[in-house]
Amino acid sequence: MSSLSLDHVSVHYGKRTVVHDFSDTVKPGDWLCLIGPNGAGKSSILRAVTGLASHTGSIAVDGSPLALRSPRRRAELVAYVPQSPLLPAEMTAFEYVLLGRNPYISYFGSDTAQDRAMVMNVLERLDMASFADRSLGALSGGEQQRLVIARALAQEAPILLLDEPTSALDIGHQQQALELVDRLRHEHGLTVISAMHDLTLAGLYADRLALFHEGHLVVSGTASHVLRAETLAEFYGVSVTVHHEPDGTVVVVPRRTSA
Amino acid sequence: MRGRSWWLPLSVVVLLGAIVLAAFIGPAGTISSANWKLIWELRMPRIVLAALVGAMLSVAGASYQGAFGNPLADPYLLGVAAGSGLGATIVFVTGRSNTVGWLIDPLPLASFAGGLLAVLVTYMIGAAFGPQRSSLTLVLAGVAVTSLVTAIQTFVLYRNSDVIREVYSWILGRLSTATWRDVRLVFPYIAVSCIVLLLHRRQLDVMRVGDDEASSLGMQVSRVRLIVVVAATLGTAAAVSVSGLIGFVGIVVPHAVRMLAGSSYRRLLPLSIVLGATFLVLTDIPGRVLSTGSETPIGVVTAFFGAPFFIVVLMRRRLAR
Repeated sequence: MSSLSLDHVSVHYGKRTVVHDFSDTVKPGDWLCLIGPNGAGKSSILRAVTGLASHTGSIAVDGSPLALRSPRRRAELVAYVPQSPLLPAEMTAFEYVLLGRNPYISYFGSDTAQDRAMVMNVLERLDMASFADRSLGALSGGEQQRLVIARALAQEAPILLLDEPTSALDIGHQQQALELVDRLRHEHGLTVISAMHDLTLAGLYADRLALFHEGHLVVSGTASHVLRAETLAEFYGVSVTVHHEPDGTVVVVPRRTSA
Repeated sequence: MRGRSWWLPLSVVVLLGAIVLAAFIGPAGTISSANWKLIWELRMPRIVLAALVGAMLSVAGASYQGAFGNPLADPYLLGVAAGSGLGATIVFVTGRSNTVGWLIDPLPLASFAGGLLAVLVTYMIGAAFGPQRSSLTLVLAGVAVTSLVTAIQTFVLYRNSDVIREVYSWILGRLSTATWRDVRLVFPYIAVSCIVLLLHRRQLDVMRVGDDEASSLGMQVSRVRLIVVVAATLGTAAAVSVSGLIGFVGIVVPHAVRMLAGSSYRRLLPLSIVLGATFLVLTDIPGRVLSTGSETPIGVVTAFFGAPFFIVVLMRRRLAR
């Protein structure tokens, strides 16, 4: 289990700063969910941790800065599931999950029997062993999403980053995907940071939420602390009712603003 | 993934068969002890050269397709062939006769420089003005670069009309007059290029998920892309410097291999080498047999089969991956 700490992190695209001075520490095995309107900087934070966006400040896993590591060592620590993964239609499910082993295979090397056994093992754990030789183009959206998570799992990284993991799924598959992540997090002790639009689901699965607006952190904490009607009205410009269920679940329901 | 390993041995057998077949067919008749020397000096170099060029153009096409994430990338369409042509033309114009005694023939090198410049300009234009991995922008950029380079070449030739004949016969290819010397000239470049590309076949598979995801999997994408493009261009330029501009091999062969044996680069690259060699050895046969006196340039034959195939690929893939 590993912790992820961000210390005064600002993310830049060219001269534009899209995230301003964000600091947070995600404890080992915790799930932090970044929320906020489009353009708030959620994805940029995930991209900075992955090493895809240039940033200032320090991002460290278990106290040692990621910037000092080679791309391969970094990939052994951080696995990234992008918002819309590129799935080559003709690639088989097995070949796709095998890509997750890349950090462990030397430049000119090729995968070992161990790598292949590991991939089959991951597919079995996700009930996808029968899909191994199917091509990605022949899979449904929910199956594809599970496969992307399988690839991240094959990467064996203690930190898992999910960018809008459920935005393309129906409500049933949303629940399945998040349940899967939650189960894996407990089984493998993964530390999870996700960006999500669905506030109710975010509050349901994450230990903590962090609300962003125009690149600035507004408020962070538990679901009942962050998901308040006034706060959401101010930063999303929405009119919502927030229900608190007896079991502690916070439900955000949109209201019609016209009569 | 598994259970398809018999493709490679099978295709090697097919290649050997094609070479034997080609050795038997020709204007001087079939192999006998009487014409053995003739066949060894005239027919065999041409067959070996066709195999080398076919292998190179195919594996280069497949590698460009992987490096640019673009199913339509091909040495011909990216402007590599035209750039190599301009590089070679400049050597002819500045005095081919001066270079006879040189230790390293400048023709493949000039050809390489021209080809590399053309493909880099094409890629930069394609990447700057189109969405990432857009097939259309890259191909259009290739068309523009090819037109510009060809215009420069025409201008240079117009001012130096004394070398037009030499250059034109070079453009059409001189497989017909191939000698063992030509084979020795290009073999090192093609061998190095093929080895480097084969060593990167796993990396090309990782790149299929796009630059961002490949980086997140620990790959240094720009570095791998540069190495692959330079290696593919080096081999292509050497091939083009003896065979002239031959279009469509780099599209036809890799896509045919994908249909037969799947799209993983680990199978695609070795099979493209073997079947590309087979393809060009076979397509060269009609050119030698059909015409006595006036040869049919091989580029004409490959375009005749390649252009319709290209349209089929367009329809099947609808410019997607």
